[in-house]
Amino acid sequence: MKKLVLAVGRGLLFLIAAGFAVVFLLPTVLTITNSFMAETEIAANYGVVFTSLSNAATYVSDKVNLKFIPDMVSFQQYATALLKSPDYLLKFWNSVILVVPIVVFQVLIAAFAAYSFTVYRGRFKEVLFFFYIILMLMPYQVTLVPNYLVSEWLGVLDTRWSIVLPGIFAPFSVFLLTKFMRRIPVSLIEAARLDGAGEWHVFTKTCLPMCRSALYSIVILVFIDYWNMVEQPLVMISDATKHPLSVFLSQINSGEVGLAFAVATVYMVPTLFLFLHGEDYLVEGITYSGSVKG
Amino acid sequence: MKMTLQRLKRKAHDRAVGAAFLAPSFLGALVFYIVPFGVVVYYSLIRSPLVREYVGIENFKNILANSAFRQAASNTLQFSAVAVPLAVILAILLALILECKIPGKSYLRTFFLSPMMVPVASIVLIWQVVFHYNGVLNDFLAVFGQDKIDWFKSEYGQIPIVALFLWKNLGYNMILFMAALNNMPKGLLEVAKVEGAGPVYCFFAIKLRYLSPTVLFVTILSLINSFKIFREVYLLTGSYPYETLYTLQHFMNNAFVSLDYTKLSAAAVLMAIVMVVIIAVLFAAENVFGKDVEG
Repeated sequence: MKKLVLAVGRGLLFLIAAGFAVVFLLPTVLTITNSFMAETEIAANYGVVFTSLSNAATYVSDKVNLKFIPDMVSFQQYATALLKSPDYLLKFWNSVILVVPIVVFQVLIAAFAAYSFTVYRGRFKEVLFFFYIILMLMPYQVTLVPNYLVSEWLGVLDTRWSIVLPGIFAPFSVFLLTKFMRRIPVSLIEAARLDGAGEWHVFTKTCLPMCRSALYSIVILVFIDYWNMVEQPLVMISDATKHPLSVFLSQINSGEVGLAFAVATVYMVPTLFLFLHGEDYLVEGITYSGSVKG
Repeated sequence: MKMTLQRLKRKAHDRAVGAAFLAPSFLGALVFYIVPFGVVVYYSLIRSPLVREYVGIENFKNILANSAFRQAASNTLQFSAVAVPLAVILAILLALILECKIPGKSYLRTFFLSPMMVPVASIVLIWQVVFHYNGVLNDFLAVFGQDKIDWFKSEYGQIPIVALFLWKNLGYNMILFMAALNNMPKGLLEVAKVEGAGPVYCFFAIKLRYLSPTVLFVTILSLINSFKIFREVYLLTGSYPYETLYTLQHFMNNAFVSLDYTKLSAAAVLMAIVMVVIIAVLFAAENVFGKDVEG
């Protein structure tokens, strides 16, 4: 009897969790499937919401129609996005050259700093770390003016350096990586030192390998954050041809919903790749410490 | 004597190495964040960037009397006060559910993480389809005889945004808690079970204490993300949204656009002060609550 109750309870929990999970997944599915709908189908489905669409459509349903499976698979939107206008590919490239250096160098510099915050602790370090946390918490709008002034002063305004440089030194990954690194038992580092390993050696051969999953999960988080940036380029770069695709995508007007879904799907590919490749790291990144500490 | 000298040398060496490792990050943060923040503080105390005359707390008095600022501050506070605790509590619940041996766990985990991938623009379109006056949600509610609500232009304006925030952030918060639950010493829980402790007692007396460093960590992350949701609000509703959606970031953004740097700076400094207080309180709470467990 008790077993039955348990089994039913477990089933119910599963149903609740699964229900939530499906709701969470829906927008991803919608984005992808809707990108295969022709413009007329999009207009028929969403014409009620995006009124600018309804002008173009011959038939607009009087109700919004959230549809997952296209009536007819069409590559029309992809053709427009990828072949007809080179604009999108250019913007995609802009995104890449903005985001990749930020991710690589932010994580690298954060690894150094986190090592210092972890191994050489002191009063000054604690205060500084608290300061990093506060800086990290500030919304972008708080640092808007100073960032603008610094960029102007360095003469990098309107170039991608005005986004890359502040991005590289953003305190976010320092905080995260320090949190993860502090879980490595000090004894392991001490042991490496007693073996006569130099500090650089301890850092690269003992500390970093232990943080591999943490590093990967931070790469994913930082990448996602900057891959979707909108505010920074709008403020720092007035030349729209230098904007990343995320800005452009956010400005596709509601008259081109189908196109937006297609471009969004293309834009999702790198993230998807990072994700599928590293989801286990994302989970391990934090779990890992347990195996050392027990 | 020789011993102490060696030790001193070692200490000095350690300090130098520590400083060297920190230097790149510190110098960068100094140039791009710390000094600029000093400039913000300076701007908050002067008449204007053109008339650099010290005016004391006049700018602060001005914005505190400004009704737009008050509206924005109270909206931001209200949003964070609702969304952040929800993001923490629901994530713990989900983690506890997934901790039970249920089938398809890793698929469910992936599903919950999937919102992190969806580009902002597509999120914005979907949220419009769902919460628009003629949107899916209103059609659904109509079945129950509910009148149509123009969600983004109503007193319920924050509901779609809270939903958006939770949808985006619950997944990662959840896996942080799952990891923490995994790391928990199993022995203690087994002893408690043998002693006849129920699952509810186990959770509140044991698990939650071990989770407290993670709760702090997740709270900080969620707080950051609660400010980042401005991006979506802005794309959904523009610079001047309905008053329930007008946040501090709107206020600051609009001040930036109109080049009113002193107003922006005063708001930024006030926000920073509130943030320092909140973080200090969180740290203190974590110290008291998780005192005898290791992080």
